[in-house]
Amino acid sequence: MSKILMKGNEAIGEGAIRAGCRHFFGYPITPQSELPHYLAKRMPEVNGVFLQAESEVSSINMVYGAAGAGKRVMTSSSSPGLSLMQEGISYLVGAELPCVVVNIMRGGPGLGNIAPAQGDYFQSTKGGGHGDYKLITLAPESVQEIIDLMAKAFDLSDQYRNPVMLLGDGVLGQMMEPVELGDIKDVKQTEKTWAASGMKGRNKPNIINSLYIQPEDCEDMNEKLFAKYAEISGKEKLWEEYQLDEADIVLVAYGTAARICKSAVDKAREKGIKAGLVRPITLWPFPDNVIADAASSANNVLTVEMSMGQMVEDVRLAVNGTCPVHFYGRSGGMVPLVSDVLAEIEKLAAGGDR
Amino acid sequence: MMKKIFTRPKALTESPFHYCPGCSHGIVHRLVAEVIDELGVADDTVGVCPVGCAVFAYNYFNVDMFQASHGRAPAVATGIKRSLPDRIVFTYQGDGDLASIGTAEIVHAVARSEKFTSIFINNAVYGMTGGQMAPTTLIGQKTTTTPAGRDQEETGFPIKMSEMLSTLDGAAYVARVSVHSPQHIVKAKKAIKKAFEIQMSGKGFAMVEVLSICPTNWGMSPSESLKWLEENMIPYYPLGVYKEPAEVK
Amino acid sequence: MLEEILMAGFGGQGILSTGQLLANAGMMEDKHVAWIPSYGPEMRGGTANCGVSISDQPISSPLVTEPTTLIVMTRPALEKFGKAVVPGGRILINSSLVDQDIDRDDVLVMKIPANKIAEEIGNPRVANNIILGAVLELTGIVKIESVVESLKKVLPPRRHNMIPANQEALERGAALAKELK
Repeated sequence: MSKILMKGNEAIGEGAIRAGCRHFFGYPITPQSELPHYLAKRMPEVNGVFLQAESEVSSINMVYGAAGAGKRVMTSSSSPGLSLMQEGISYLVGAELPCVVVNIMRGGPGLGNIAPAQGDYFQSTKGGGHGDYKLITLAPESVQEIIDLMAKAFDLSDQYRNPVMLLGDGVLGQMMEPVELGDIKDVKQTEKTWAASGMKGRNKPNIINSLYIQPEDCEDMNEKLFAKYAEISGKEKLWEEYQLDEADIVLVAYGTAARICKSAVDKAREKGIKAGLVRPITLWPFPDNVIADAASSANNVLTVEMSMGQMVEDVRLAVNGTCPVHFYGRSGGMVPLVSDVLAEIEKLAAGGDR
Repeated sequence: MMKKIFTRPKALTESPFHYCPGCSHGIVHRLVAEVIDELGVADDTVGVCPVGCAVFAYNYFNVDMFQASHGRAPAVATGIKRSLPDRIVFTYQGDGDLASIGTAEIVHAVARSEKFTSIFINNAVYGMTGGQMAPTTLIGQKTTTTPAGRDQEETGFPIKMSEMLSTLDGAAYVARVSVHSPQHIVKAKKAIKKAFEIQMSGKGFAMVEVLSICPTNWGMSPSESLKWLEENMIPYYPLGVYKEPAEVK
Repeated sequence: MLEEILMAGFGGQGILSTGQLLANAGMMEDKHVAWIPSYGPEMRGGTANCGVSISDQPISSPLVTEPTTLIVMTRPALEKFGKAVVPGGRILINSSLVDQDIDRDDVLVMKIPANKIAEEIGNPRVANNIILGAVLELTGIVKIESVVESLKKVLPPRRHNMIPANQEALERGAALAKELK
């Protein structure tokens, strides 16, 4: 197969189609709009459903309906839209419904701006809405990785009956890179015997519900969810190790920030500084063991984010005091420069005070 | 031999209703279930219940059911119907759910002429949360958040949803009925049946607004409540068909 | 080898598609490429910029903040990005549209009256490719043939009659750059 040049946002759409998703509900917001544009054209070609909802609140509840009816379904938005969806996402988790939610993050808080940012890490990985829950959160760094992760996103969400978040930023959504799409394959989907799609001869109704009026039942539900999360934590962590050989300085970054860090690591190595990078691909479950391992033989850990420092808290928990954890970030839509990250690495290498 | 002249509709489960004495929900649940039975569509029907007193409706309807977040039943129903166009989908919503927090969802479901049916219970008060003012509470009506009676200077005017939604081109059928007397219950059932039939014929969105009583939160006996509905609600919320397809007329 | 090219001008000048054409040509030569636009309200008629990175190594950061080559089609773009070019880099100015100089002696500055030449060719829409031709000659980043090949891919068949004029534009630009070398 030959490569084609594709935008990140479009790759999310094509990846979803190839993963067997035939239902999309969404509301326009920059910088993810190319995704609905793409699917508005693409869904009819595969007899799928594309519907522009009246709000993000409606989008996520349409997702709830389609997911409960047993369909592979996706919605997408950017930061403020995700805030609006949080109640619905909590209901999806409570009713154990699979779906894929895309967040192409932008600068915040408030209306913020449309520039790339990573300020929604907490919202994505710590629950985000009300109640005790987690979203499996995937953070690709390239257009090709988007294509590669979309099928996984839908499979994980079906397998564990939990929403999956695909978390990117404006750079990832807007950039074009060559991708190899591969052949379109038949998608094997698990049968959803729990779906409320009309009884059709079943003698007991299926009910899609997140109401557990008795506290004992609700606690049971929470324990069931967390048993599932323990299994996911054990099995589903994804990460990339970059130049970690004998790394004295271990960088931790995801998505666009990780790409910038790779450049900085390369330049540091050219200067004889042993720097390396751990790039979490699943932000939840967080590859804490990998970071702990890398930190155990390092002098310093440097977390780089396009935020005021969110993932750094998980990095500190993972490192657990075995070496100092530093942070460098830009926020509000500002993107770190390779030279800035390199300067941070050089300061640490010199043993200087940051 | 004795002839059985009254029985539980098949589209209702054996679960006893939790509703207060005199509440209209039981009557309307039964009417919806009878219609599902008569149309023979229980196997193909998916219902969506709201947040409010009818939140447990999934325990009562003997069909596949969803419980939706507050006000979002029309969005959930949209997701279901767009996924399963050959199924019969209905929402069952109260006045706080449909006419307050869920106004955007119902308006746009109607505007898109989504092919599902909404049963809208208007009893002019919030029930489950403790008798607060609803968007349909009448001027002068006392509630726990309008203890001196609803004053339009403070809280504005009640919303007439049937009139409002019938102005939208996407509305195929909109009717307001009441269940305060046996004759009205018969008429209400006919309207509900028509609303399901219109969905099945693919003509578009259909809604039946059902004027209902809430003796508990109105602070009246059931019989006083029936009289209050007739004397106060019907003059403000006139009964009738507000929209129907031309060919059905 | 990493070439980071920033193209900057107004919306409607075809900047974004010229950038995509270059990225596509790089991809056809099996190079690593990335294209990223400025986006949002500003792309609806105001300024339009895009960055194109081409390398024989995987591209770490797709953002072009310190371009090795800058192409400017408007005066504000020159003012905004002229200082960001790395020392030893290149600034190509469409002098049909920008009559301003840049006060730097550590970069190569090339002024090309692209619109005037495009009119000589007989098609005002090929102006960008005259400048692109010069970039190809100065950087050696991709071959002219690869750009022509990718034109065949990105243009719909009914527009393939545009290809000879574009090829001429690329060659004219390259010839101008060769003189300068």
